[in-house]
Formats: sequence, C-alpha cells, structure tokens
Amino acid sequence: MMYEVRDLHLSLPDMTRKPLLGAAPRIEILKGITFDLPKGAVMGIVGGSGSGKSTLGRAMLRLLEPTGGSVHFNGTDITHLPEDTLRGMRQQFQMIFQDPMSSLNPRRRVGGIIAGPLRLHRMDNVPTRVNEALDMVGLPRSFAQRYPHELSGGQRQRVGIARAIALRPAFILADEIVSGLDVSSQAQVLNLLEELVRELGLTLAFISHDLSVIRRLCDRVLVLHHGEVVEAGTTEAIFEAPQAEYTRTLLDAIPLPDPDQRWG
Amino acid sequence: MSAYLSIRNLCVALKTGTPILRSVSLNVDAGQVHALVGESGAGKSMIGKAVLGTLPRALTVTSGEIWLDGVNLLALHPANRRKLIGATAALIPQDPLTALNPSKRIGPQITRRLVDILGWSKRDAEARALDLLAEVHIPDPARVMRTYPHELSGGMRQRILIASAFAAEPKLIIADEPTTALDVTVQKQILRLIADMQARHNTALLFVTHDLGVVSKVSDTLSVLYAGKVVEDARMRRFFMRPIHPYSAALLAATPTYTDPTGSLTPVSDAVIELVEREVREHDLRASR
Repeated sequence: MMYEVRDLHLSLPDMTRKPLLGAAPRIEILKGITFDLPKGAVMGIVGGSGSGKSTLGRAMLRLLEPTGGSVHFNGTDITHLPEDTLRGMRQQFQMIFQDPMSSLNPRRRVGGIIAGPLRLHRMDNVPTRVNEALDMVGLPRSFAQRYPHELSGGQRQRVGIARAIALRPAFILADEIVSGLDVSSQAQVLNLLEELVRELGLTLAFISHDLSVIRRLCDRVLVLHHGEVVEAGTTEAIFEAPQAEYTRTLLDAIPLPDPDQRWG
Repeated sequence: MSAYLSIRNLCVALKTGTPILRSVSLNVDAGQVHALVGESGAGKSMIGKAVLGTLPRALTVTSGEIWLDGVNLLALHPANRRKLIGATAALIPQDPLTALNPSKRIGPQITRRLVDILGWSKRDAEARALDLLAEVHIPDPARVMRTYPHELSGGMRQRILIASAFAAEPKLIIADEPTTALDVTVQKQILRLIADMQARHNTALLFVTHDLGVVSKVSDTLSVLYAGKVVEDARMRRFFMRPIHPYSAALLAATPTYTDPTGSLTPVSDAVIELVEREVREHDLRASR
C-alpha cells in the first residue's frame, strides 16, 4: 500500500471565534477518515468546498499534523514524525498546486524553480534532471531560461508538474490543478498526467470538485462531505451506481454540455 | 429593429491600437438569454463592460454601435448614458465577496441604488428589498438586511447580488461568470434562480461564461468568441447538435463529460488555432483598409 489512512482526525483553531484572551475553540475538519491507496492507483478526492479535501491532502503529505488516527506511507507511520525525520522522506511524496502563478517564484527562472527541490534534497546531476523533467512535461529545454510570467497558464502548470516529478517521487498529490485552466489547456494537462502516471508508475491523488475530470482520470474515488467519507469505491461503481445521497446530488448538479440533459 | 440590445460591429482597442474586440455584432431580445463563450482573454467580459460603460481606462470603443431599446448608447452624452444605463441595466458580477462592501450592512447596499439613482423613498426601497430577498429564497430577509457580507455564505451572497440586480426592474442584465466561484450544487440553485427571475421579469440577459455545460442549461442563443472576434453565432440547441465552426467543435471536444468516460479528450488542435488566427488576421486587414 502506498497509503493506509485510519480514522484520521484533524482539528484546527477557529480564529473567527477566538476570545480576546485564551485559546480559540477548535473546529473539527476531518472526522475519522479511513481508506487504503494501493501503489499505482489514481484516486480522485471530491467534495464541495469546506468538505476537507485539501486538508486531507495536506495531512497525507504531513504539511498538517493529524490530531487523531494514523497515516502510513509506504509502510512507515508518518502521523507524528518530527519534521527533521520527515524531511528525508519528502522527496518521495510531492505536491502540485492549484494556482501556478502563486506557487512559482516570480523572480526565478523556470530552470531554477525546478532545480530548487533537487538541490534541497542534495540530488546529483541537477541540470540533467531539470532537462529531463522539462522533456517529460513536453516543454522545450529553452524554457529553463524563462520566467513564470512569460508562460501561459497551461505551460505554468506544466512547470509545477515538472518540479514535482523531477524528484522522482513515488506519490503525487494534485490539488485542483486544472480548475484555473481553459478547457483546451485542461485537456492537455490531463492527458499529460495520464501519460506520466503510466510511464513513471506514479501513485496519484487528484483533488477536484469536477466529477467529469475525475471520471476521465481516476480509477477510484473518495467522496467527502463535511469531513467524512460518504462513499468510496471504483470510479465505475461511483458513477454508474452511486450509493450515497450526497454523491447523487453532486452528480445531478453537474451541467453537461448537452441540451437534452434533464436537470432534475 | 426588434432586439432589445443590439450590438453592431463593435470594435474596442487598447489606447496603443491593439484590438480587443473585433467587429462584434449580436442581438438579445427581451426575455431571451444570450451566452458569450470563449477561453480566457477572448473578450467575453469586455462586451458586457462596453455595454455598461465600465471598460477599463486603457480601452476605448473605436467604432460600432450599441443600441439599447432603440437608443444608440455611444451617441449619447456620457452623463445621459450613465443615467440611462443606471435605470435600465444591471450587472450580476462573478465574485460576490468583492462586489459587496465588507464594511456596510446588506440592506443599504441593495437600497442605495434605488434611493440615490432612481429617487425612491427609503421606506419604498426597503420594502422592495425585503420582497426581493424573499423572491430569491433568502430565509428571514429582515435579519439578513442587517447582516454584513462576511456573515453569509457564497451562495447567499450571490443571491443578494441577484436580488440587487433585479431591484430596479432592469430590462437588461449582464451576468459575468456568476457561478464560477460556487460549488456545483450551489451553482445549480443559482442558475435556476437566475433563469427563473429572468423569465418572470422578462429581462434580456447577456450571460458570460467559459462553461459550455452552463450554456446548455441557461441560454437560448450564444456567440463563441476567439481573440475578440465572434467565430460562431448560434441558437443553443443547434450549436450542441451541429457546431459549424471548427473552433466551436474543438471547444466541445475538449470539454470532459462524466457520462462519456471513454471519449478521448482532445485539446484544440494547432490546425484549428491556425484557422481562427488566419480569420482574425483577415479581419484586421479588412479593418485597416
């Protein structure tokens, strides 16, 4: 198993209700989440805003520390590992962010952006690895000299992907990475991701609110609602025979580009 | 001329001369919904802004006509134009949080326009606001009138902006990506609400969106834009059944649908891009002669 997540709880202080003196009351974001993610799987995580999708992703990468339950990555319990132990492992699990404009340093060239994590993890042959990463995401090597603002949205998102795969991680978390893109760039990025998963044998968790994209890319789906898993299963089962009321509501709400769709 | 809003050969350019809208023509009848679709940067929002007279300072209308109920807006004195637009048109913006003033209560934000621009009495304006909040299904309108924007959810805020847009019974509403920031389940409610209000008030609606799924749910007719040029004008059903322009067909082929998991997702091909780019260049050449 790439991930074994058991009864995961996570609460954060609710600063909007913090009294002037004293601690803020805690708000429970994840309320006992359990699932397995096998190696090589592509799992979609869906849910409305505030359902805990991103929080779950961040707990899996240990960008947030769970308040209960456990997360095993590749057999290691990482639930409460201290940061200096984690640092050595981080090369194995990487993240691609939603908004490439704010997750790429505007003052660094693409080459430097991709090389950053490689240097941090003291990898050898950094320039070669940068070039390989650019090749893999289908960007010309000359793009290493460009700045993020010189690129289109789709190209920037490819840089975000290149930065993640350059480290040759076993697992990648993609958090709403196509929601800011036009349909044409979205199609390109999804096709690229599909190809990379196949070629590099990646395990992928793909957070999205767009069920059409999930159906296209993922082989299994986790549906979250208010911090709980309301349904989990293969993509086919979830889409063809959704069991949970909430899953059906979500599916019914998607406007298909089809004038004959009956919008219940 | 029958259409309530009729845009003819509208050209908008940067002060430097770079074209932003290229001879855009379209008609929207009373009680009809016309969608503007295209990728980001295609100029969809700029058409709405040109009609409302809220183009960014760097842009100017270089030629063309915008007829609203038989009046050419561009021939009016700016002050008269603002008065006419204020009385007959309204906007439903994309982001309900930035469109509302965070430091003012909801009530005055809805009534201000009625009182200041249309000269209603405060009491009439408040009564109207209460009715409208009820019409957009906001529970306990009297309480909501006293709340601040941050106390409400995204869906609630968008309902308030819809109520606010319909407050002065406008004949034309421009909705600029009104559901892009919302969850699908909330989006469905809001789209229904807009369609419902539009039909009940017999409003002409110009609906800007990048989502072809949304287009198929709300619009009667649509224009597909590329680089500020209309590449296809169509009735909605015909567009989805038989798109005529290759770029329209390519946009449809790039849109994923969960009901068709095996269908290949095709980005807009270079050949199609070359074709529309050539059309754009030919247009510019004709325009410069």
